[in-house]
Amino acid sequence: MIKLIVDGKEIEVPPEYTLMQACEAAGAEIPRFCYHERLSIAGNCRMCLVEVKGTPKPVASCAWGVRDCRPGPKGEPPEISTRSPMVKKAREGVMEFLLINHPLDCPICDQGGECDLQDQAMGYGADTSRFAENKRAVEDKYLGVLVKTSMNRCIQCTRCVRFASEICGVPEMGLTGRGEDVEITTYLESALTSELQGNLVDICPVGALTSKPYAFAARPWELGKTQSIDVMDAVGSAIRVDTRGREVMRILPRVNEAVNEEWISDKTRHIVDGLRTQRLDRPYVRENGKLRAATWSEAFAAIAAKLKDVKGERIGAIAGDLAAVEDMFALQDLMTRLGSANLATETTHAFDPSLGRASYIFNPTIAGIEQADALLIIGCNPRKEAAVLNARIRKRWRTGQMKIAVIGDHAELTYKYDYLGAGVDTLSELAAGKQSFADVLKGAKNPIVLVGAGVTARSDGAALLAMAAKLATDIGAIKDGWNGFAVLHSAASSVGALDIGFVPGEGGLTAAQMVGEGALDVMFSLGADEIKLPADAFVVYIGTHGDRGAHRADVILPGAAYTEKSGIYVNTEGRVQIAGRAAFPPGEAREDWAIIRALSDALGATLPYDSLVALRKALTEKVPHLLRIDQIEPADPAALAALARRGGGAIGKAPLLSPIGDFYLTNPIARASAVMAECSRVASGQILTAAE
Amino acid sequence: MTLSPQTTQAIRNAADSHGGAKAAMLEALKLVQAAEGYVSDAHLAEAAAKLGVSTAEIDSLATFYSHIFRSPVGETVILLCDGLSCYLCGGDAVRDAVMQKLGIGFGETTPDGKFTLINVCCIGGCDVAPAALVGPDRKLVGPLSADDLTQLIGGGR
Ligand code: SF4
Ligand code: FES
Ligand code: FES
Repeated sequence: MIKLIVDGKEIEVPPEYTLMQACEAAGAEIPRFCYHERLSIAGNCRMCLVEVKGTPKPVASCAWGVRDCRPGPKGEPPEISTRSPMVKKAREGVMEFLLINHPLDCPICDQGGECDLQDQAMGYGADTSRFAENKRAVEDKYLGVLVKTSMNRCIQCTRCVRFASEICGVPEMGLTGRGEDVEITTYLESALTSELQGNLVDICPVGALTSKPYAFAARPWELGKTQSIDVMDAVGSAIRVDTRGREVMRILPRVNEAVNEEWISDKTRHIVDGLRTQRLDRPYVRENGKLRAATWSEAFAAIAAKLKDVKGERIGAIAGDLAAVEDMFALQDLMTRLGSANLATETTHAFDPSLGRASYIFNPTIAGIEQADALLIIGCNPRKEAAVLNARIRKRWRTGQMKIAVIGDHAELTYKYDYLGAGVDTLSELAAGKQSFADVLKGAKNPIVLVGAGVTARSDGAALLAMAAKLATDIGAIKDGWNGFAVLHSAASSVGALDIGFVPGEGGLTAAQMVGEGALDVMFSLGADEIKLPADAFVVYIGTHGDRGAHRADVILPGAAYTEKSGIYVNTEGRVQIAGRAAFPPGEAREDWAIIRALSDALGATLPYDSLVALRKALTEKVPHLLRIDQIEPADPAALAALARRGGGAIGKAPLLSPIGDFYLTNPIARASAVMAECSRVASGQILTAAE
Repeated sequence: MTLSPQTTQAIRNAADSHGGAKAAMLEALKLVQAAEGYVSDAHLAEAAAKLGVSTAEIDSLATFYSHIFRSPVGETVILLCDGLSCYLCGGDAVRDAVMQKLGIGFGETTPDGKFTLINVCCIGGCDVAPAALVGPDRKLVGPLSADDLTQLIGGGR
């Protein structure tokens, strides 16, 4: 520990601290532009100047280590001042230079109201400029579909350059030229290729990089802000949903160190327009082969009529990727009352929750990746299946302390890895210790075996999962204080469904069996849009968008999207989180659980709760850990031994490829979004040059 | 046009002798420029690929240095000093004479692609002011005079 005196206050800080960190620890506020705690230090904006006693010039506190401060002549601790007249004058000087070439166009700038430069100029700026010469002009750049540029506003802090190369792992941005000619650009103005590029808008301290889809849409002070959880993947990133009136205007990240740090993927941020388009805003009933608009009671009557003589085992329910726990719980309850054990989701057939929770969650936790020293990725493209989690893997890899190997897709993952092969035989070889990476895993202190959708989506997923669990056990990934068996789910609903046992009951059919020909008479689809629904059953679709499911439906009951309801989601780590309601469902659409409750009445199988509170009470009585929000219920690793022992039948020969073809179009909201469609076109190379 | 095998090999060697790809970026740019006269987009990308660094990164470096040329230059590049000593010794007259003779200004190339004229500040040749650096070897010439430009552009014109 090193002793310092900051503004007359004595503090002790660890020797690796910078002066800025030390000053903050002492409670002083230091203005900054180029410094960002998750990026490398650049020290180029000079806004963070402080005075160090005995040093003739002001010092950039972000780039000065406390161990570099010299003690006083009698060995007194170094003295730092963050408020002296010298500091104020120095910072004012820096601000004056920063503003010389800045256009000061705040009234037409989207950053206005949440701009660091604007805020700091209030503290350190002069009211008039002494610079009578012409300001320099910089041409705007094309960076792709999501990031709009206004390069006159850039203050050359290079945060964006560092973010792209350090966090995203795509070093596509650069600072060209020198002195007055410097400009920020991608090489030859090509579109950025990162799934995290939307974060550039947050990282840029001024209005040089702003959100293209959100351009000139609203001012920050007009927006209502709701804390929520993302459902685009199973990571459960913390988000803030900004609304104006009934409309969702934008989605921003919130800080959650355990999950997403402060990043979100582009899909999370930019599906906003998909929440507005193609919405189902009233019930529909199919008559003579055509869907026609109907009232709620007509729709319920049609379902009741159809269900009248149908036996329980001829009814089934499939929950989609975006379903909240409450909705699935109500549907499960209804199915039980109708005498059906045919329950399934689109993505979880490989799992058996009766073995225990450890068999289906990401046991080491996302933050735990930073303790791992070896990582085996099986059948997964984390960059597409969970872009934010991939950034965490990259973060750990950059420290040089984690070795990575992949079985499955040979994709560009933004870090280097040993590619072992695509096939199941590679996995068997590794399990038999015939691959050299087996020794790396065995020698590792905290190894992780990560299993993705390339394994779990397969029909032989259960057997493969057992094989992976056996491998994890054999290499010693499961021991006291560390469980390295990590399932990366691809859908937000998966773990929640497994937690409440939304799986085929005694004698129940799996999803694949249910959609088979002649298997069912009536099928309830809770937003199941990725699976092909049966052609011969009567399909009741509860969902939000006119997507695949709705097209096949015989009755459509319009539900609420994740921004329009309060719902519990359990992320891939098993972390229970609550998504908040930011807006209202459109037209006659209702919250899904309420629809199911009302339907149960019409079917004479009334569910015993008529408020969300009552439903949650019933839910948490059955599954108590869902009460513990933001926590992960400890999972007993014994489940993995059981899973490994059990095996699971024949394993096919097909390669372990991730089923996610297009990152931008994985769910009905994303498919309704024009922005996502555009991103997908750019990513697939259909638009090669600037679209502007 | 791809880089010659010799240049490519030299870039690889530079990476070894400079202790890594990043350290060798500037050397690579100089090698490309020596071989091709200037660093085109295609050659820059090629050099980046050989070193395993990103194009954006190497371009940032290339554009930082004004003597790494990112656009085509003439066969002979004249770096004419407009520093103080040269100015005091009559540099302006030399400048005007050569501009008139070649019909181009600073930063321009003659239409036949023979000469590019660039102004630089002090090149350490104050003792022979007015001075200039000429040609691929950046040969120091001076003292120059407005009446006789052979040192700068040879006798051909
Ligand atoms: S664009 Fe923004 S983040 Fe990038 S250097 Fe300029 S001010 Fe900094
Ligand atoms: S924040 Fe310290 S120099 Fe920019
Ligand atoms: S001023 Fe021209 S060489 Fe020094």
